[in-house]
Amino acid sequence: MSATQGPTTESGTPSSPAPEQPSRWNQAFREITTGNAIISVLAVVLALFVGGIMIAFTNEGVQEAAGYFFSRPGDLLREVWYSVSGAYSALFQGSVYNFRRPSFAAGIKPLTETLTFATPLIMAGLGVALGFRVGMFNIGGRGQMLIAAALGGWVGFAVDLPYGLHMVAALVAGVLGGALWGGIVGLLKARTGAHEVITTIMLNYVAFYLVSYLLREGFLKTPGSNNPKSPATKVTAVFPDLLGSTYSLHFGFILAIAATVFTWWLLSRSNLGFQFRAVGLNPHAARVAGISVKRIYVYAMLFSGGLIGLAGINQVLGTTTSGFGAGLDSGIGFDAITVALLGRSKPWGVFAAGILFGAFKAGGFSMQAAEGVPIDIVLVVQSLIVLFIAAPPLVRAIFRLPAPGSAPRRALPNVSQEVAAQ
Amino acid sequence: MSTVAPAVQPVSSTADDRPDFKIVKSWKSPIALAIFTVVAFALFVAFGREGVSTMRLSTSSDLIQLPDLLLPTRLTGIVISVLLLVITGVSVWLVQSRRQVPIWLISVYAVLFLIGFLVWAAAGESIPVPGLLFGSLSLAVPLIFGALGGVISERVGVVNIAIEGQLLAGAFTSAMVASLTNQPILGLVAAMFAGVLVSMVLASFSIKYFVDQVIVGVVLNVLVIGVTGFLYSQVMAPNAALLNQPPRFERINIPLLSEIPIIGPVLFRQTLIVYIMYVAVALVYYGIFHTRWGLRLRSVGEHPQAADTVGINVGRTRFWNVSLAGAIVGLGGAYFTLGSVGAFGKEMTAGAGFIALAAVIFGRWDPIRATLAALLFGFASNLQNVLSVIGSPVPSEFMLMLPYLITIAAVAGFVGTSRGPAASGKPYIKS
Repeated sequence: MSATQGPTTESGTPSSPAPEQPSRWNQAFREITTGNAIISVLAVVLALFVGGIMIAFTNEGVQEAAGYFFSRPGDLLREVWYSVSGAYSALFQGSVYNFRRPSFAAGIKPLTETLTFATPLIMAGLGVALGFRVGMFNIGGRGQMLIAAALGGWVGFAVDLPYGLHMVAALVAGVLGGALWGGIVGLLKARTGAHEVITTIMLNYVAFYLVSYLLREGFLKTPGSNNPKSPATKVTAVFPDLLGSTYSLHFGFILAIAATVFTWWLLSRSNLGFQFRAVGLNPHAARVAGISVKRIYVYAMLFSGGLIGLAGINQVLGTTTSGFGAGLDSGIGFDAITVALLGRSKPWGVFAAGILFGAFKAGGFSMQAAEGVPIDIVLVVQSLIVLFIAAPPLVRAIFRLPAPGSAPRRALPNVSQEVAAQ
Repeated sequence: MSTVAPAVQPVSSTADDRPDFKIVKSWKSPIALAIFTVVAFALFVAFGREGVSTMRLSTSSDLIQLPDLLLPTRLTGIVISVLLLVITGVSVWLVQSRRQVPIWLISVYAVLFLIGFLVWAAAGESIPVPGLLFGSLSLAVPLIFGALGGVISERVGVVNIAIEGQLLAGAFTSAMVASLTNQPILGLVAAMFAGVLVSMVLASFSIKYFVDQVIVGVVLNVLVIGVTGFLYSQVMAPNAALLNQPPRFERINIPLLSEIPIIGPVLFRQTLIVYIMYVAVALVYYGIFHTRWGLRLRSVGEHPQAADTVGINVGRTRFWNVSLAGAIVGLGGAYFTLGSVGAFGKEMTAGAGFIALAAVIFGRWDPIRATLAALLFGFASNLQNVLSVIGSPVPSEFMLMLPYLITIAAVAGFVGTSRGPAASGKPYIKS
């Protein structure tokens, strides 16, 4: 299965070289309108538009105004504008800059929230993207995060180590946990040919029940408590704050940047990464070239699981240090898939996509609080973005953009058709 | 058990499969059986529990009352463990003589193991067998609908990860429409429409735009969770009396059949949706393997190019059959609101779609086997419920984990080989 090729599949056909050279501006314009970047931007716009329709339709003011639409049509438009712009400005103020706060330091706080939310999304998104580049679809983010949090979290609250070293030990344990859980999938695929989509989904549930059990009766249980929740992480293992204690942004974000650089290096500069990409592009050709495809599957899942494990340990050591439950991943494992797709499986693309989705998450909560718009709308917008990005011909058809490689519109009534007509 | 004629079989059993096919010895099933036999000996014999296990076979409302079955726990465990050992030996012998371990032998093994486990777990307690089976069927109904939809969809060549979304969409719309109209039947129809709608998005994106089917499926699940969650919080929950109090289907007792001991109360004192399910299983099985529609469907899923050559429109066949699959899954979604729970709740399907997907694979893309797999998964979750009441010796989480572990074993090939339709998941691009 070629997961990476899905979003970029084109239905356009390459044309023969045009007889006359179009002007330079024209060419530049065509490159912009047919490129991938414009599709991504338009997909976001389109998804926000559909989200706006849903917000407007379910708004009570809009429904009331629609009742007397024919007597005062202006009211309806005004209500629609109020509901949609109110929701989206709350989304912006909750995720980028809050204009209602007096000082810059307070106003910029939402942006740091966005980066905090983006941190695990970037890490897990990188893991999924790495899988995509090898042609594997890792839906097991949830399970890998849980196992990583269980192992790393245990090191975080049960082991006594000096400051700094403790954090590193917990980090390593978590990453190893995620890599282990991902590696099982790679091993099963390499040894038995079991499809990774099925095994990752199944291992998600296995991990969930395993961690639930450990939290209830096993070594993750808080002594003397009936809550299925782990003890709090020890201070020596907690990530330091980056901008002081008023902001929630922590060291995890630096790790996310480091993970992005590492993945970029791994994929585009290292020997192993070359083999990864070769297997992803064509496993048969890679095998002929002497690459052990099965070994690469195992390595890829180890790295993929390790990166997702980093997201899991980030939650335990950085975001919720007061102890975790079995719902720790809170959808990040699945969001990571959409992040990887939006980032087109490129490390820095994933980084940008992670920040965008982090902004949606941070803004979604404040939108729910300020405007009463349920946060589920964020899920709708996110999934629509990915759907639209996955189908560029659809976006082109909606915005009437030319297909890449097609002849300029002016030259459409070309000679060959006339010849055929005669 | 080992009365198979050894001299004649080896040649003829390979002959009806493929003429020149060298059978590779696969030790996977004997290994798996051996592992479970060791577990059985460890649990039932070494850690055997003393006492008497009581199996209640009748409920108080039955016409024919069966006496309770009293089994000495340790003795039953030993007998069953020995039987399991015998079956393992037979499977080793079969593979040694280059033959496949038949599926029925594995099924007998599984049933024996389950009985042994049940007896072991119920030491000194009593287990209501009809109640256990009834609950299993109830939990299995949405899984069976989901699995049937999955089988159709994958057989025609479109991977359906969106079963979860179709179930959830069906549950939501059926609750809403049934509450508004006060007619559960209309809710059922609405659920089918919702399932078809989700299916059509899946079909059009994967068939027209060649988007990777797994990606569309995953994203559709998120989309449906988002849309239903949004509409639930924004529209349904504030007007719960009007929009989220669907009438539920009444139970219908089928005369005579419902009085058969044990299975009567389980199978024939059910609601309309369950009876529809029986019909659907039979129809899908007959349709796929014995009609022209089924032949075309399977050919499109196995070799679309060949199907195209003989004049079958691949895209259209896929589109409408995936839509049909959505309608069937939608019925399963309606069971959540009109059959069991009674009101819609956010993300109420809770992963049932993925278990249905597991049932499809464990059932090797065959409607009957997928149904049996769904029943097994329903049984495993309900067994956990029953055991938690009588005080289970095994933590409930491990019981809940079981379906998923079985599925992993199935896809890894430990329980026979599982091979999906050849063209499933691949878009057909006509050149």
